[in-house]
Amino acid sequence: MSVIYLLISISIIVAIGFFAAFVKAVKSGQYDDDYTPSVRMLFDDELKQEPKNTTHKKTKKQI
Amino acid sequence: MGTNTCFHCGLEIKRADEILFGDKHFCCNGCKTVFEIFSSNGLDSYYDLGSPGARPLENQNKYDFLGNEQIVARLLQFNEGSIQIVNLSIPHIHCSSCIWILENLRKLHGGISASQVNFHEKTVRITYNPEVVGLKEIVGLLCAIGYEPYISLENYDKGKTQQDRTLTYKLGVAFFCFGNIMLLSFPEYFEMKEYWLDQYRGFFRMLIFALSLPSFLYSASGYYVAAWKSLQSRMLNIEIPIALGIIIMFVRSVFDMLLDHGPGFFDSMTGLVFFMLLGKMFQTKTYRFLSFERDYKSYFPVAVTRVSNSSEESIPIHEVVTGDRLLIRNQEIIPADGILFSPTAAIDYSFVTGESVPVNKKSGDKIFAGGRLNGSLIEIEALQTVSQSYLTQLWSNAIFEKRAERKIQSITDAVSHYFTPILLLIAVSGFGFWIFVDPNTAFNVFTAVLIVACPCALALTAPFTLGNVLRLYGKSKLYLKNAAVIEQISKIDTIIFDKTGTITSGTKSNIAYEGAYLSERKQVWVKNIVRASNHPLSRLLYEHLPSGPTTAVEQFNEITGLGIEARIEGNNVRIGSAEFIGKASEKLAFQTVVYVAINGIVFGKYRFHNEYREGLSDLFATLGKKYGIKVLSGDNEGEQTLLRNMLPKGTELVFNQKPDQKLEFIKNLQSQGHCVMMIGDGLNDAGALAQSNVGIAISENVNVFSPACDGILDATQFGRLDQFLQLSKKAMWTIKMSFALSLLYNAIGLSFALSGNLLPLVAAIIMPLSTVTIVSFVTLMSNWYARKLKIADEMPKYDKYHGLPQNRKVILDTQIKV
Repeated sequence: MSVIYLLISISIIVAIGFFAAFVKAVKSGQYDDDYTPSVRMLFDDELKQEPKNTTHKKTKKQI
Repeated sequence: MGTNTCFHCGLEIKRADEILFGDKHFCCNGCKTVFEIFSSNGLDSYYDLGSPGARPLENQNKYDFLGNEQIVARLLQFNEGSIQIVNLSIPHIHCSSCIWILENLRKLHGGISASQVNFHEKTVRITYNPEVVGLKEIVGLLCAIGYEPYISLENYDKGKTQQDRTLTYKLGVAFFCFGNIMLLSFPEYFEMKEYWLDQYRGFFRMLIFALSLPSFLYSASGYYVAAWKSLQSRMLNIEIPIALGIIIMFVRSVFDMLLDHGPGFFDSMTGLVFFMLLGKMFQTKTYRFLSFERDYKSYFPVAVTRVSNSSEESIPIHEVVTGDRLLIRNQEIIPADGILFSPTAAIDYSFVTGESVPVNKKSGDKIFAGGRLNGSLIEIEALQTVSQSYLTQLWSNAIFEKRAERKIQSITDAVSHYFTPILLLIAVSGFGFWIFVDPNTAFNVFTAVLIVACPCALALTAPFTLGNVLRLYGKSKLYLKNAAVIEQISKIDTIIFDKTGTITSGTKSNIAYEGAYLSERKQVWVKNIVRASNHPLSRLLYEHLPSGPTTAVEQFNEITGLGIEARIEGNNVRIGSAEFIGKASEKLAFQTVVYVAINGIVFGKYRFHNEYREGLSDLFATLGKKYGIKVLSGDNEGEQTLLRNMLPKGTELVFNQKPDQKLEFIKNLQSQGHCVMMIGDGLNDAGALAQSNVGIAISENVNVFSPACDGILDATQFGRLDQFLQLSKKAMWTIKMSFALSLLYNAIGLSFALSGNLLPLVAAIIMPLSTVTIVSFVTLMSNWYARKLKIADEMPKYDKYHGLPQNRKVILDTQIKV
């Protein structure tokens, strides 16, 4: 019978957990720039292509 | 890329300067170097991303001041041992290749450990090890690859600014509360008599009450403060009924809950708070890469080179005192009024006056701060400190102080001026009526009136309409400081234009030849001669003249301040001022002219006009019918007749205006009751822009400097000014229509409330319903008007960041290849 107390409490706790995640995300600056990450995401594929390039060795030296 | 365009920057290659490197063609050495840097570090993919790069700057000494640790320390964001972080603003960032190359800076220099681009703000945040690489080297590297950072006095003074995220938090809290309360209220909306719901009612209500507290106490707090402030200043703001509504709603709900009358209005209250914060959020769209608060500080350099006893040192420009000898290099800004010591100098005042043709100065001439040096290095002696200079003095005018706190009564405030008293009257008379019928209902009616009439929809109308129009303007490249400016635009009756750089184009000069016939062969002679000269007028003339075969020029002699003498194909050619070619100076000398003499015979002169912007006469003709139009110019009357022909009759032309006179002129008009819009461009208009009701700065490139203003208009959109003005009027009309609609809702709600049967469910339906209809109504209306006025409809959907769709496509193509 008291299971409803338990369930509602759990659901509220889960909701609070999501809310905390949101606050954390805002604090970390995730919403300050909503454009660049979308482009950056696509670049990772570009970089992987590089080892095939002839200039590979040089790149490594620089790092 | 074609063979005629540079592989790196994509610009057309002038045949004489072409550089071949491998199988690639470059327009200049700089571009070739960038390519070399990129390719030797494995960053060739830059060129696969499609968009052309920027031509690098040749002037490396410009950032010598970054060797000064004191100055560097002020610019850094983080400075701890072997880690330094700097946030540099790079106006050139415009496409995905820019992001890519800047985020791979660490491949170009080992000392850089990370770099992160913020595209909207056009900044890059670089983390580096100061023991390996200095900021000066990094900036040098950025310049070398064509991404010159914009370091100004502003960065120096600003320090670290933290972004204000309060509204986001408040909105998050409001949504959290609203959503959960909505869910927990569902049982109450439907059947109340069921056994197990009855059983847990208390628990549910307690939870709802607890959840409503953060929304009531935190999210809505801004409204209480605003209401309290407006009460103190005896203004009946829209915030008063809102705050009153929220508080009454909360108090009555608590009573209802405690006395077990019903579930209360917690759901409506949190919903209302959420929707209103959403409206606020929508209205605060800002163009973060633009700054509307710039003064001379963001334009002036951080440091300048001082010469003393033949030693040079970089000093912060605050430390410049009268009598200091300053060294100014090519493309540097002159920070303080001074006297020229070097023989000659060409100074470009385009940022100050909008005049595109540089001014020539001779040794001993006074030079005003704000000009940019064009040509080789000069030495000046400072006559004034930086803040006391002719131009910068303007900022000591009180208007720059006043502007920040100027409060404009908005249309919403005007309506609520009537709304609030009427609302209170209805509430009290409802209470007065019911108290004789049923005292219990009387309290209910009183609170219900205040709850249902809480002007949620009314308060949302303006933010959503203006916020939407702000976006529409932004798509058409008119960037406004905030939504309130739109309301101001709709009210103006007088438009004042600056001349140079505003109605004339800052970049183009129109050259006309007058005099005896000059054969094409002779024109080519002139072209060949001016080619060797670096004088700004020579450059303009070179661009203008028809191209022909290159002929050897002999005995080339450039006499600074006068002209050029040379022999070509055995003929003596002199190009220059009237005195130089032996002609009496004409009295109409209000214009810039260059004379040409061949073998001692004066052939004629090239006259340099400012080019007027396209569609200017049409625009003035249309605007002239509706607004008072005036032209204010800092120039002399040189082009008065030309202007008169172009402008509608009755246009007032005022010449020879100093920056502060422009300001006074507008003040004068305002005291006659006019609502003035000032359209200007340069620093010398800054005072007028600040004084006017709406100050719009015209900019050839919105990423570079523009003075403090209410809005920045891209120069290419100048001809559409009339449409912009009309849209603002339509926006206000939309708001008025929507006010009528929301008052209708209020009337319906009030009829429920006054008859004493406002159920929480009814309130929970009416409020979101009115909000949704109002928001969609104003959005649709303003979009419809914008389409009718042809604003923001011809732009492709993704054009916001020039050329993005193609780049995306290129990236996707390479992905497929992999």
